[in-house]
Amino acid sequence: MALRGARSTLNPTKLKNAFDRRSFVVSTAMGGIGVLLAARMAYLSIGENEKYRTEAESNRVNLTLIPPRRGWILDRNGAPLASNRADFRVDIIPERMNNPNATIEQLGDLLGLEADRINDIKSKVEGSRGFRPIEVASGLDYQDFAAVSVRLPDLPGVVPQRGFSRYYPTGPTVGHLIGYVGPASAEEYELDRNPLLITPGYKIGKDGMEKQFEQTLRGVPGARRVEVTASGRIVRDLETREDIQGNAVRLTIDGPLQDYAARRIGLESGSVVVMDCRTGDLLCMASMPSFDPNSFSAGIGSIEYSMLREDERVPLRNKVLKGLYPPGSTVKPMVSMAFLKEGIDPEETVFCGGGLRVGNRVFRCWNRRGHGQVNMAKGIYQSCDVYFYHLAQRIGMDPIAEMNRRCGLGEEFPLPVTSQFYGTVPDPEWKLSKFGREWQAFDTVNATIGQGYMLASPLQLAVSAARVATGRHVMPRLTKDTPPKGFDQVDFPPEHVAYVRQAMSDVVNGPGTAGRGRLPFDDILMAGKTGTAQVVSLNISDGKSGPWKYRDHGLFTFFAPFDNPRYAGAVVIEHGGGSGAAYPIARDVMTFLFDPQQGLEKLRALEMQWGGNAQDRLSAKYAAYAEARGEIVSPPPRRDEDIFARVEAEARSAAAQSEEIADKAVTPRPEAAPTGEPRPSPIELIRNEAQP
Amino acid sequence: MSRFGEPANTSLIPAPIARQPWGMLIPLFLLVMFGAAVLFSAAGGAMQPFASSHLIRFAVFMVMAAIIASLPQPFVKLMTYPAYVVVLLLLLAVEIVGAIGGGSQRWLDLGFMRLQPSEIMKPIVVLALARFFSSLPPGMVGSWQALALPGVLIGLPMALVLMQPDLGTSLAVAFGGAVVMLLAGLPIRWFAAGGVVAAVAAPIAFFFGLQDYQQRRVTTFLDPESDPLGAGYHITQSKIAIGSGGITGKGFNQGSQSHLNYLPEPHTDFVFSTMAEEWGLIGGLFVMAMFALILRWGWRVATASNDRFSMLLAGGATATIFFYIAINLMMVMGLAPVVGIPLPWMSHGGSSMLTNMICIGLLMMVNRWNRTAPRRGLSG
Repeated sequence: MALRGARSTLNPTKLKNAFDRRSFVVSTAMGGIGVLLAARMAYLSIGENEKYRTEAESNRVNLTLIPPRRGWILDRNGAPLASNRADFRVDIIPERMNNPNATIEQLGDLLGLEADRINDIKSKVEGSRGFRPIEVASGLDYQDFAAVSVRLPDLPGVVPQRGFSRYYPTGPTVGHLIGYVGPASAEEYELDRNPLLITPGYKIGKDGMEKQFEQTLRGVPGARRVEVTASGRIVRDLETREDIQGNAVRLTIDGPLQDYAARRIGLESGSVVVMDCRTGDLLCMASMPSFDPNSFSAGIGSIEYSMLREDERVPLRNKVLKGLYPPGSTVKPMVSMAFLKEGIDPEETVFCGGGLRVGNRVFRCWNRRGHGQVNMAKGIYQSCDVYFYHLAQRIGMDPIAEMNRRCGLGEEFPLPVTSQFYGTVPDPEWKLSKFGREWQAFDTVNATIGQGYMLASPLQLAVSAARVATGRHVMPRLTKDTPPKGFDQVDFPPEHVAYVRQAMSDVVNGPGTAGRGRLPFDDILMAGKTGTAQVVSLNISDGKSGPWKYRDHGLFTFFAPFDNPRYAGAVVIEHGGGSGAAYPIARDVMTFLFDPQQGLEKLRALEMQWGGNAQDRLSAKYAAYAEARGEIVSPPPRRDEDIFARVEAEARSAAAQSEEIADKAVTPRPEAAPTGEPRPSPIELIRNEAQP
Repeated sequence: MSRFGEPANTSLIPAPIARQPWGMLIPLFLLVMFGAAVLFSAAGGAMQPFASSHLIRFAVFMVMAAIIASLPQPFVKLMTYPAYVVVLLLLLAVEIVGAIGGGSQRWLDLGFMRLQPSEIMKPIVVLALARFFSSLPPGMVGSWQALALPGVLIGLPMALVLMQPDLGTSLAVAFGGAVVMLLAGLPIRWFAAGGVVAAVAAPIAFFFGLQDYQQRRVTTFLDPESDPLGAGYHITQSKIAIGSGGITGKGFNQGSQSHLNYLPEPHTDFVFSTMAEEWGLIGGLFVMAMFALILRWGWRVATASNDRFSMLLAGGATATIFFYIAINLMMVMGLAPVVGIPLPWMSHGGSSMLTNMICIGLLMMVNRWNRTAPRRGLSG
């Protein structure tokens, strides 16, 4: 400043003075900066110490949750239906990946993954929210696991770990019942903001028991605190808290029986339900064909999904709970109970000449030549339609509908299942409110033979068998810790029960429609009732041949021993071509229940013809399908929920199929398809002649 | 306060030892020792590879500084311009070698060491400017000649260093030169005008002059949280290291930020953060106090100088050291962008040690001149 405008007077003294002033200013400025820096440092290390200490700690310490081992699902005898297997697995967290595609390719090379699996993973990464771990592979051997682990610094976002994966020892035979597990979806995480849900390797129940008992099975996660370097290398373990395994859930299901029944269904599409008459325990709820829950846990693959989806036998539908079928003649014991309740003498006979005229219409009996004089017992064991047409006209629809409901049709049971369809028990009021039309004589005719609007699930039919067999209001139960219910409520007087039991025994052991259903024991007699449910009108299909989906459903409700019922159940074979497809299965299942060795021998012989057991056939089918169609499959919906919502919607529309023929009288089909060697009896002759 | 540089009158200490500027040397030794300790920790608790070479280099360069200190003023004045030309040619050589070798290069491999000419350029520019202004008639200090040649003297090396590209070093060259010009008594309005030009040119230089990575450093400095895992990572992790150290630090060899590699460059640019994490605020204040003592000694040498050449040289050398310290500390504490300037005597690295020891040598040299030639008020 002193120099401004003083150019001419500059001299060494002035310059020296300027130097002194300026060096003072400069050094003061430097000192000022020094003070500033000291202040800044004090602020960082005192004022913000807390914050940065926390950040340093969160840098240094990596807390990982150890997914808890899931509780086992046990059968009634404590054998596992779902257990855990120790394995090595690799997940990826898209959010932490720099170049997902390249990393996935690299992983694919390291682990030897199939091209379609790699594509599935890539599309999942694209559709995912970043924080959700996506499984790349599980059940790896140590070599592959180590190969990934050593390359971790180059594979950001990849999480290899030791863990446990869910294991279903019997695979597809428990698929529908137990459900499966999978990584939580974004929606599930929204609902339950548990950090466990986004822990790599943790899976929640997606269907069936796994979903219903999620909270029980879940357990408490362990935690591992490790010191890590910036590149993610673990320096040392600081602290590890073990996980606490989830609690086991004990079902009433009899594991071997479930497996047997599912395998016995064989190439057919259908379900088998067996109950314990004394407790209401559901011993078996088999629905086939099915999926392998083991292969679903890594997410449902495109090829597998496409295969299951294109199968007209809908392997994704749990037919025990969501298959609705016209019960056909299996309602006749129930209708008989209604007649008895209305005071009709069982010995009163009705003449069957092959049809019944009501007004100006003739309703046909399945036996065109007629059954002659028919009492109630004959009406049941020969399944005479005219007998039921006649007496139903007398008592009207309401007592019959009431009785059907009492037996469990149209009922939703208090069971721990994700959803169950409860079907339809039509009555005049229902028809008026639903269709706005009056109840007609033919509606009663249809209802008494379990056709028309009437729809029931296999579970309901099994319950109805148990209730008819015991006379008690048996309630089914699925877990050992639910108390048995309904046994104090008497539905039917003992003399009615005894009469119907005898008549149903004669279906199998006497001159009835299921002669080949006889159990191979002298001292145990099975009682039952055949049913053949027509799904399309006669002019489309004869119900026995032609396109599979037009064939009749085969049904059979049963209990054994007939005089002191211990087990009751129902078999429904979709489009089996008649009850002849159903009752041999019931016979073998009951044989297995009383004598496993004998039952298994029969099954082995059958499986030889079918090409292996259910699991083998599913694998073979998958391999063939993948070979043929692998390139052109459409990917599955992103969310498992969508898959099952779609399956459920389709199940509803499928159930409505038989309603299409409900607005006129259904001409009943002959009972029991004549497959296999017929047991010579007068009934057989009649039936054979009745064949078109 | 008595100056350590004064010859002691006690007979207990031999005169050649007592003559040494202990007021600067003791803080310097403490600083280097402390730096070695921090480098020992940064190497995961080992002398190799940082601490031992740090000490060896210091010993070698201390000898060099002693040699510089013994040079007579006429010889220094004689050699200044030739030295400037030689270093300028070396800078040019670096450019050429780099262009031939493909890719930028900052050093010349002399076989026994890698010489970074831009580092030597910093004290040489100070020397050259001091030489120029000492010979410039006082009456011409306010004229255009006072600006033209110094502008060239500073501008040429700056341009060459910028081409490397090394923004930090070229700014250091400019800073050292500017301080000498300021102390030489150039009209203050020129500096004001220069400041205005710089303020206008900075945005233009930012968008057109800076490399991509340099631009990113500036933007992240302005908002480090914008990219916590990318370019802002350095600043964030450095602040975490310093802040988490607290008052007393985590203890020697206990720094998690440096030991687990969260802190980038824990042994060079961010050595202060490594230190602060383990020694806390106390360690930081100690380091700053040592620097303050050294710089204060440097200013005293400058103000006690008898002639213009000495005072400008000492002032410029002190300013050059200060520039390193200030920019580095501002950078590690999140007050300046990451420019890659190491911390004198603490950071591991030969070139910065060389520069700073040349400056120390020059200051010791001026200090010796001051003692041998009594102050003359009218000296040119």
